[in-house]
Amino acid sequence: MWRRLRMAERALFAGLRQGLERLGQGAEAKIRRLGFAARFFVAILLNSGTAFRRFSLTIREIYFAGVLSLVIILVSGLFVGMVLGLQGYDTLQRYGSSEALGILVALSLVRELGPVIAGLLFASRAGSAITAEIGLMKATEQIAAMEMMAVDPIARVVAPRFWAGVLSMPLLAALFSAMGIFGGYLVGVKLIGVDEGSFWSQMQSSVDVREDIMNGVIKSLVFGVAVTWIAVFEGYDAPPTAEGVSGATTRTVVTSSLAILVLDFVLTALMFTGGNGK
Amino acid sequence: MKRSTIDIWVGAFVVAGFAGLLFLAMKVGNLASFSTAETYQVQAKFANIGGLKVRAPIKSAGVVVGRVSNVTFDNESYEAIVTFNVDAHYRFPRDTSAKILTSGLLGEQYVGLEAGGDGVMLRQGDRLRLTQPAVVLENLISQFLFNKAAEGKDGK
Repeated sequence: MWRRLRMAERALFAGLRQGLERLGQGAEAKIRRLGFAARFFVAILLNSGTAFRRFSLTIREIYFAGVLSLVIILVSGLFVGMVLGLQGYDTLQRYGSSEALGILVALSLVRELGPVIAGLLFASRAGSAITAEIGLMKATEQIAAMEMMAVDPIARVVAPRFWAGVLSMPLLAALFSAMGIFGGYLVGVKLIGVDEGSFWSQMQSSVDVREDIMNGVIKSLVFGVAVTWIAVFEGYDAPPTAEGVSGATTRTVVTSSLAILVLDFVLTALMFTGGNGK
Repeated sequence: MKRSTIDIWVGAFVVAGFAGLLFLAMKVGNLASFSTAETYQVQAKFANIGGLKVRAPIKSAGVVVGRVSNVTFDNESYEAIVTFNVDAHYRFPRDTSAKILTSGLLGEQYVGLEAGGDGVMLRQGDRLRLTQPAVVLENLISQFLFNKAAEGKDGK
């Protein structure tokens, strides 16, 4: 009887200990990876001379990350703006203030939706492609070959992609917002018949260039850094197998989407603190 | 793809991106109309500013002529000091009065200027003497109730 209890107790303690050990190992691996990511970021910054000296490398990557993302960004911007126009009108006209539609569409796009949705689309359209490309280069030993030829793969492969993403992201977000406002204008003014003059003038009187537009640009710049950093790191860190590359691509999309949403909350809390912080 | 084609596409992308930013700044954010104009600063003391906020408009005869730049509390007279910038195009006499008004029934609050008859114009750093504080709805209602109660007493 007693012996049985003693044995059960021992098994329980062993199980607990194992669980704790696994947790510790997991946490240690995560922290180590985070440290590696931070060192990798510094390495990119230190080795980005080539990306600017041979700017054609970066231009090529801007083409792949920015220009090829244009279609999805513009079309989704237009539709998001049109939906905002419809939904905003539906709610605002109940309070008899449908002229405020311009403010609603412009502020929600410029402050939040433009940077965030453009960032999410950029992460899944361009970020995943960057990870897959670098991961495959590693799997097919192209990166090792470069190192053998004394070409620094971070300067030659990683830094141009990083800077291309950082430069493209604010432009894409601005285009998304502009297209969305145009979509809101199409639905609000052309389709529903909100007065055109008050649509634009109310928008202009309440959107501030520094407070709203500049903060939106800063947000998109931060998102650009976060997404491309995660994308190039996941690609560079991917296990050199088909499975590893596919896992890394998935992780890029998931991690950078979460990073965008969390960073957006932090930046919004810092930028728009209830009006008394101005 | 040829390198020159890529260059052209990237160039078009960058131009389009900056055009989008310019559109946001000019058409949406109204950069052109106010921030670059010359202004002069005027102060006014109010017994109560209600819900007046920084960047609220200054209007005269319904036209926006400036914006509130700062609101502080004067610890000697226990009044609010409102500092605002008036566009240099618009000159007002020195005995202009300022009121805090509300646009619409529940709209935002703004400062209304009413020009006086003095020959001397307001200059940078001047202070308006005649001010009228914001109407606080609770005070208005309690005043109304007191009046009603007083009337009821007189009637008996």
